[in-house]
Amino acid sequence: MAQAIPAGQKWWSGGKSPFNVEYGKLMMWYFLMSDAFTFGAFLISYGTIRFSSNGWPDPNEVFKAFPLMGSTNLPLVFVSLMTFILIMSSVTMVLAVAAGHAGDQKKVTFYMILTIIGGLMFLGCQAWEWTHLHNEHAWWGKNPFRNANGSVASTNFTNFFFTITGFHGFHVFSGVVINIIMLIKNLRGDFARRGHYLMIEKAGLYWHFVDLVWVFVFTCFYLL
Amino acid sequence: MSNVDTSAHGHDNAHAQFDTKPIWRTFWILLGITMVELILATIHLKTGFPNKYVLNGVYLILTCAKAFYIIAEFMHLRHEIKNLIMTIAVPALLFVWFVIAFVSDGNSYRELRNRYDKYQLEQSNKVVPPAEGGEHEEAPAAKKPGSPE
Repeated sequence: MAQAIPAGQKWWSGGKSPFNVEYGKLMMWYFLMSDAFTFGAFLISYGTIRFSSNGWPDPNEVFKAFPLMGSTNLPLVFVSLMTFILIMSSVTMVLAVAAGHAGDQKKVTFYMILTIIGGLMFLGCQAWEWTHLHNEHAWWGKNPFRNANGSVASTNFTNFFFTITGFHGFHVFSGVVINIIMLIKNLRGDFARRGHYLMIEKAGLYWHFVDLVWVFVFTCFYLL
Repeated sequence: MSNVDTSAHGHDNAHAQFDTKPIWRTFWILLGITMVELILATIHLKTGFPNKYVLNGVYLILTCAKAFYIIAEFMHLRHEIKNLIMTIAVPALLFVWFVIAFVSDGNSYRELRNRYDKYQLEQSNKVVPPAEGGEHEEAPAAKKPGSPE
């Protein structure tokens, strides 16, 4: 809306993109739509199975550990830290996009490095959490946790948890790889030569999508 | 590239629209919503006060609010033209059907199973002492031949 488009612009008469965005960015949006439906299918099947079960483990009983705190009961603390890291790296990503719009190559480099660090921190947190759960004998096909009412739980809980957070973690990983490639291209001066930083925007869309998915994973696995 | 205005003229407009103030405002909104969720969860843990079903509804509304802010501001969709917004938002409405249909299907399966499979219902209410070692006390379904470890 803020793009100063002349009134009465005929979008569909040819010669210009009817969506007023570059082709690659539009296709990134459509890719993200398809990815959203993949994640949606995962999370909804999780919801279906959970609704079809009489009992389910209490997330506050399962996710209560924090690094170096031993067996202190700290529900929600670690996952809040992970959420904060991911939101923060999303902010640095938008700042990189904003710097790209201003044509400031140095600032783009700075914010891209911060975003990559945030992504790596998130992956580190997830690696710790997985290791911790694995040490508690939770894995695909193995569920040491009891249902909230004390009865024996099926392995659905761990299967869904590891599959969905694993799929999300893989997205974070590929996002970090994409961001590193963008950083290298920026350092080489590719975008400065091209005169625009649209590639940073496309990588940014992907990165925000990863953050968006985490919002839903956080709610579905740790809060509900 | 030729169909989009990336020339110096468009550049100036783009520069104006990328104010960093809304970015930080969005950040504080997202952080605030997450804090509210955590505070509600902690109050529920300590006192059990907000009923779990009410709380789940609140979580879902807050989650959708967060999703809206990420898509609208961080992904910048709110500032695109209407054609683009509609091509994303209208297919996303499928999720409304998707969630309601499948979740209610799961619920109906649980009710039917409880009605016709009394053994299963009995088992799901039987309290078992928590596993100490964890290794040898698993649900029967977990004992798959050839599973790792």
